[in-house]
Amino acid sequence: MTTAEIAINPTRVRRARIAYGSVLIGVGLFIFFVFGLNTQPGVQTTFGINLAGFNALPVPDLVVPVQLTVYLMAGIAVFFGAFQLARGIKSTGTLVGVIAATFVIAFLVWAAQGKSFNLTGMINSSLVRATPIALAALCGVISERSAVINIGIEGIMLLSAQTAVVTASLTDNLYAGLIAAILVGGLLAAFHAYLVIRFKVDQIVSGVAINIFGTGLTSFVSSRFLEKNTDLLNNSGVFPVISIPVLDRIPILGPMLFQNNIVVYLMLLVVVVMHIMLFYTPWGLRTRAVGEHPKAADTLGVNVYLVRYINVILGGMIAGLGGAYFTIGSVGRFDEIMTAGKGFIGLAAMIFGKWNPIGAFTSSLIFGFADSLQVKLQILRVPIPSEFLLMAPYIVTMIVLTGVVGRAIPPAADGQPYEK
Amino acid sequence: MTEKDSTKTKTKSSEGIGGGTLREALRVPALAVLTGLLIGAIAIVASGSNVFEAYYALFVGSFGDPVRFYNGFQQFFSTGETSGLLRAIYPFTESLVTATPYIFAGLSVALGFRCGLFNIGAEGQFFIGALTSAFVGYSITGLPAFIHLPLAILAGMAGGALWGTIPGYLKARFGAHEVVNTIMMNWIAFRLSDWLLNGPMKASGFRPVTPNIEHTAELPRFFPDPLRLNWGFILALVVAYIVYWFLFKTTLGFEIRSVGANPDAARYAGMNIIRNFVMVMALAGGLAGLAGASQVLGVDHWVGQGFSAGYGFDAIALALLGKSHPAGVVLAALLFGFLRSGATRMQSIAGVPIDIISIIQGLVIVFIAAPDIIRWLYRLKNIKVEETVLTRGWGS
Repeated sequence: MTTAEIAINPTRVRRARIAYGSVLIGVGLFIFFVFGLNTQPGVQTTFGINLAGFNALPVPDLVVPVQLTVYLMAGIAVFFGAFQLARGIKSTGTLVGVIAATFVIAFLVWAAQGKSFNLTGMINSSLVRATPIALAALCGVISERSAVINIGIEGIMLLSAQTAVVTASLTDNLYAGLIAAILVGGLLAAFHAYLVIRFKVDQIVSGVAINIFGTGLTSFVSSRFLEKNTDLLNNSGVFPVISIPVLDRIPILGPMLFQNNIVVYLMLLVVVVMHIMLFYTPWGLRTRAVGEHPKAADTLGVNVYLVRYINVILGGMIAGLGGAYFTIGSVGRFDEIMTAGKGFIGLAAMIFGKWNPIGAFTSSLIFGFADSLQVKLQILRVPIPSEFLLMAPYIVTMIVLTGVVGRAIPPAADGQPYEK
Repeated sequence: MTEKDSTKTKTKSSEGIGGGTLREALRVPALAVLTGLLIGAIAIVASGSNVFEAYYALFVGSFGDPVRFYNGFQQFFSTGETSGLLRAIYPFTESLVTATPYIFAGLSVALGFRCGLFNIGAEGQFFIGALTSAFVGYSITGLPAFIHLPLAILAGMAGGALWGTIPGYLKARFGAHEVVNTIMMNWIAFRLSDWLLNGPMKASGFRPVTPNIEHTAELPRFFPDPLRLNWGFILALVVAYIVYWFLFKTTLGFEIRSVGANPDAARYAGMNIIRNFVMVMALAGGLAGLAGASQVLGVDHWVGQGFSAGYGFDAIALALLGKSHPAGVVLAALLFGFLRSGATRMQSIAGVPIDIISIIQGLVIVFIAAPDIIRWLYRLKNIKVEETVLTRGWGS
C-alpha cells in the first residue's frame, strides 16, 4: 500500500460517513413529513398474526397506533443519522438495515392505516416467493464457486418448468414431474458446461444462447401442443402442503417454515447441505480451489475440468428444481415466459449473498419480501399504480448490484476458461 | 488452436469482417445458419408438419410467389397495370420492412460488443424509444413534416439512449454487470409501458394502445398501401454506414475498440474507460431506440403492448452472426428479416409455430459462438475465425 492510498482513505471514509448520515436523516424527515403529517391522530393499524387454514396456536393481533409508530420510526432514523454524522458507525450493513427497516415499517403502518394487514401471511408468502430466486441463486453459487458463470438459469428454469408440468400431467404423478425437471436442468447445464469447458465458448454467450433456446422451445411447445391439449398436458395439480407436527403450531414461525410444500423444504435442505459441502468437506475445498486458482489446484492433483462439470451439472439440477416450483410447485400449469426474470434476480441475490449459500438464501428472502409486499400493497389499494409496485424487485436488484451495500468479491477465476 | 494463434488472428482481423478472405469469413456463419435450419427441420417433423411444405411456405412468404411474379410482369408489360406486380413484390418488401428494426437493434448490440459490453437490453430500449417517438408523433400537432419527423426520430433515439445510459453508468461507476442490469431495465420498461399504455398515453377506446401519430411524423412510404416499405429502411442503411465510419475511421471509434480489446492497455494508454462505457451504452441504447422509432413512424403508427417482444434476443443473434461488423449486421438482419417474415406465412399455411425461428436462432448463436462445433461437424481444417465476443466476468 502506498502512502497516497493511506492519505486518500480517511477522506473517502469521511465522505461515506457524511453520505450515509445525510441519507438517514433524509429518510427520517421523509417519514415524518410524508407519512407522519398525513395521518390523523388516533388511527390504528391491525397486523394480523393468525392465518386461516394454518395450524399455529392463536395469538392476539398486533394493534399499533399509526402516528406514534411513524414518529418513532422517523426518530430512530434521525437518531442513527445524527450518530453517524457525529461518531460514525463501522458497519454499512447496519446502516442500510436501519434505513430499510424504518422506511418499510413506517410505510406499512401508514399504508394499512385503519385496515387490517396480515403480517404472518406476508412473511409466509415471502419465503414461498423467495424459493425460485433462492434456487436460482444456489445454482449460481455452486457453478461460480468452480468459476463457471451460468447466466442461462432463466432458460433452464423455463424448460424445467414446462417439462415438470407435462411429465406430471402425462404420468399423473407429481414426483415424476419433479424428477424430470431436475434431470432436464442437469442436462441443459451439462450442455452449457460442455460448451464452455470443452469448446471454451464465452460463458455469457453460451448462457444467453440457452436463454433464447429455452424461451423459444417452451413457447414453441406451448403454442403447438399445450394450448390444444390443456387437460392432457398442462394440468398437473400442485404438491400438497406438508405440515410438520408440533413445530407447525409455533406462532408466525410455524406457518412460515413448517407448513409448506416439498419444493420449499427441498430448497431449505439444499441451502444447508450446500453450506456444509462447500465449507466442511474435501469436495468443497477442491471446488473453492478450482474457483480461486485452478492452476494451483491442478498442480495438487485436482481434476479441474471434472470438478467444473460436476458443479455446473449439480447447479443445473438445482435450477431445475427451481423451475419445477413455477408449475407443479405453485400453479399447476405452464404459461409462456412465466419465470419473468427470476433467474436473473437469483444471480443478483447470489452476488448480494457474496457467493455463499446462506447469504444467497437470506438475500433471496429480501427479494421475496419485495415481491410479496408488492402483492399486499395492491390488495390494500395504496395510491400507487400497481405497475410501479411490480417494478420493485427489479429496482432492488439494480441497487444491490451497485455494491453500495457491502461490495462482494467473486471467486478469482470466475468466468475464465482453464487451459492446461 | 493455441493461444498464440488466436491472438495473431485477432490483431490481423480486427478491422475486417473476419480473418483472411471474405469467403472464409462467411463460411462459418453460413454453415451455422444451415445447421440451424436442418435442426429446425427436425423440430418441424417432430411437431407433425411437412418439412418441404413448411420451408416452401417460408420461401414464398419471404421472397414472393414465382408464379405471381411471372403474371405480374406479364400484366405490366402488356397493359402497364402495376397492381399485379405490386402484389407479387409484397412479401419481398415485407421482409425488408421486418429487417429494418433488426438492422438498428443489431447495430446496437454490435456496438456494445466492440467495447466489451453485452447489451441484452435492446428490447427495453426499443420499447422506450418507440414510446417516446410515438409521444412526440401524436402529441405535437401543426408542425411541418420536415421538423416533426426528425423531432420524432430524435425523441426515439433519446428515449433509448436514456434506457441504455443507466446500466452503462452503473457499470462504469460501480462495476455492476450490464447483463443483469439491462435485463432488469427491460422488465422495468415493460411495467412502465403497461402503466403508460393503460393511463397517460392511452388512446380513447378499450385497447391499451397509444393514439395514432400525426401524418407529419410518419416516415414516407415508397409504394401505395398495403405495401409498407418506407424510408426507415434507407435510414437504417445510412446509420449502418455511419456506425462503420464511427468505429473504424474516427479516434473515438478507435478508443472504443481498444477498450473492448484490452481495457487495461487502453487505460494505460490514457483512455477514459468510464467515459467510453457510458458513451457506448448511450449510443447502443440510441440505436435500439431508433429501431423502435422506425417501427412506429414507418410501419405501425401506434404502439401497443408486447410491441418489442423478442427483438432484444434477436439483436444479440444478429450481432454475433454479423461478427459485430456493421456490414455483417446488415446482412444478418436481412437474413432474419426474410426468415421472420416468411415464418408468419409458414405458421398460417403449414401450421408451424413462429417460435421455431427462436429455436433456430438459439442454435445459430451456439454455433457461431463455438465455431469448433461447426469445424468438427463439417470437418473443416484451420479456418481462421475471429474470436468475436469480449465479455468478461462479474468484475468491473
